[in-house]
Amino acid sequence: MSTVLMKGNEAIGEAAIRAGCKAYFGYPITPQTEVLEYMSKRMPKLGRVFLQAESELGAINMVYGAACAGERVMTSTSSPGFSLMQETVSYIACSMVPAVLVNITRGGPGLGNIQPAQSDYFQMTKGGGHGDYRAITLAPATIQEVVDHVVLAFDLADKYRQLVMVMADGMIGQMMEPVTLPEMAEPQRPERPWALTGAKDRPKNVITSLFLGAAKLEQINLQLQALYREIEANEVRYAEYLLDDADIVIVAYGTAGRIVQTAVKRAREMGIKAGLFRPVTVYPFPYDRLRDIAEGARQVLVVEMSAGQMLEDVRLATRDAVPIRFFGKPGGVVPLPEDVLQEIKAVANQAAT
Amino acid sequence: MLQEKVVFQKPRALHDTTTHYCPGCIHGIVHRLVAEVIDELDVRDRTIGIAPVGCSVLAYNYIDVDFAEAAHGRATAMATGIKRVQPGHVVFTYQGDGDLAAIGTNELIHAATRGENFTTIFINNAIYGMTGGQMAPTTLPGQVTSSTPYGRDVQQAGYPVRVCEMVSTLTGAAYVVRRTATNPKEIRRLKKAITTAFKVQMAGLGYSLVEVISNCPTNWGMTPIESLKWIEASLIPYYPLGDYKVIEGVSRL
Repeated sequence: MSTVLMKGNEAIGEAAIRAGCKAYFGYPITPQTEVLEYMSKRMPKLGRVFLQAESELGAINMVYGAACAGERVMTSTSSPGFSLMQETVSYIACSMVPAVLVNITRGGPGLGNIQPAQSDYFQMTKGGGHGDYRAITLAPATIQEVVDHVVLAFDLADKYRQLVMVMADGMIGQMMEPVTLPEMAEPQRPERPWALTGAKDRPKNVITSLFLGAAKLEQINLQLQALYREIEANEVRYAEYLLDDADIVIVAYGTAGRIVQTAVKRAREMGIKAGLFRPVTVYPFPYDRLRDIAEGARQVLVVEMSAGQMLEDVRLATRDAVPIRFFGKPGGVVPLPEDVLQEIKAVANQAAT
Repeated sequence: MLQEKVVFQKPRALHDTTTHYCPGCIHGIVHRLVAEVIDELDVRDRTIGIAPVGCSVLAYNYIDVDFAEAAHGRATAMATGIKRVQPGHVVFTYQGDGDLAAIGTNELIHAATRGENFTTIFINNAIYGMTGGQMAPTTLPGQVTSSTPYGRDVQQAGYPVRVCEMVSTLTGAAYVVRRTATNPKEIRRLKKAITTAFKVQMAGLGYSLVEVISNCPTNWGMTPIESLKWIEASLIPYYPLGDYKVIEGVSRL
């Protein structure tokens, strides 16, 4: 275990390498281009596959190919590039091949800007591509977490034979923090009899997402749904900060979660009983735990760097049993802890009157 | 005592099944040739095919090798991923004119310019078969299709694209040829081209593309025999058969 000061994007690359990522395909897009550049330096030295594709369309389809071959493969991109990838994300989900996708999210919609934002939440957690599918989406708040999540993503991808995504905003991609990296090790992987490795001593394998008969496609869908129920039962992750006696429960994830944590600390110093509930998996969303937490609260405050996307999941979780207030900054604006503290104080004062 | 000697049989790499293709469609011939080449090169257990979106979307039901189904136009990108992680395998894409020359052209050009060591079999019949006969990028000026009911008007819909000519300008392309399958002589030449293309890949010489001027009796509104005649009369003059790029080293294979 080594502890180093690293930039988020580079830590993502190194974490993937340590997790045994055998192939990386990507395309430059701010604010994640350093992932591509880092991999371009490291992967060839290790005899692994690196290729800068002609577009995000190329990159995700190269990922799909390598995933069909059963290798650990990853791509990274940012919001507009992620939009380009949606068709093939849907194909990969249906095909049940493991792969990892890191989305370093930025301001949108449209070309937007290159500042950190959290406005790809719907796209990532509700299935940004067509059809009935979901993809496990991890939401780190620190560089250590993003390293842990990239490693976890490869393991979960293997466990469920699915695409697993990591949603980190541009702040996490660009900033530098001390991080402890895992050892370089050959990963323990399940057998992959389905992989396109050449039909030697076995019948041929076909990996397709085309099922022309409706009855058959229904069956495939039911299979996927059963998998998602299993994922929802077993892979929910969240973090809690000062929630035991909290009147005001603030729900935030990723960088917003980190900002809120500072605001909560300051609020507590002022005697306000605030606490933070931070989803770590945004799919599967921690509905049950959030519902339990919210039951004891007087007020829920949702803080997002968006116009309000996770907000809907919070409402779903709490069934509107507790008043919900929203504080959001869309367009790549990053709120300060001060801004969040003002909101918390307003909530606290409102309750007092 | 009478002894039997097998002089002709279905290739081992071709599934013993009927296909869904229209009567007279050249897909059937090309599938068979690909299967024969796989048998003769003895690479069945390390070949991976990538099927397109188009009439041959179910190619994986007919050729007995590992197969992936790609998104429309993206077979060359998928093939890149598969070949880069398994460089010792034989990888081919099988694509129509919509898949390759419309939606997938960017992926084609970049695979070729990177010199990716896989083979593309490009079936060009100047129309979109599977979706019911719309204009393709390779549809001829004046040609009537279901989306050019008055004939392709070049003022409005532009001019056809010649893929072999275009790809041959790319340094990474090693073997780029245009053939057809309208008669036994052409079929033999086509088979030789497919064999060479696979050998180019196996020797690591770069990207190989075999364009096959093909037919669509159903959407051209012709009988199979008429369609073969139309290939010779109208398509081949626009898309001349020949070798567009053959790098040094191919002749030694």
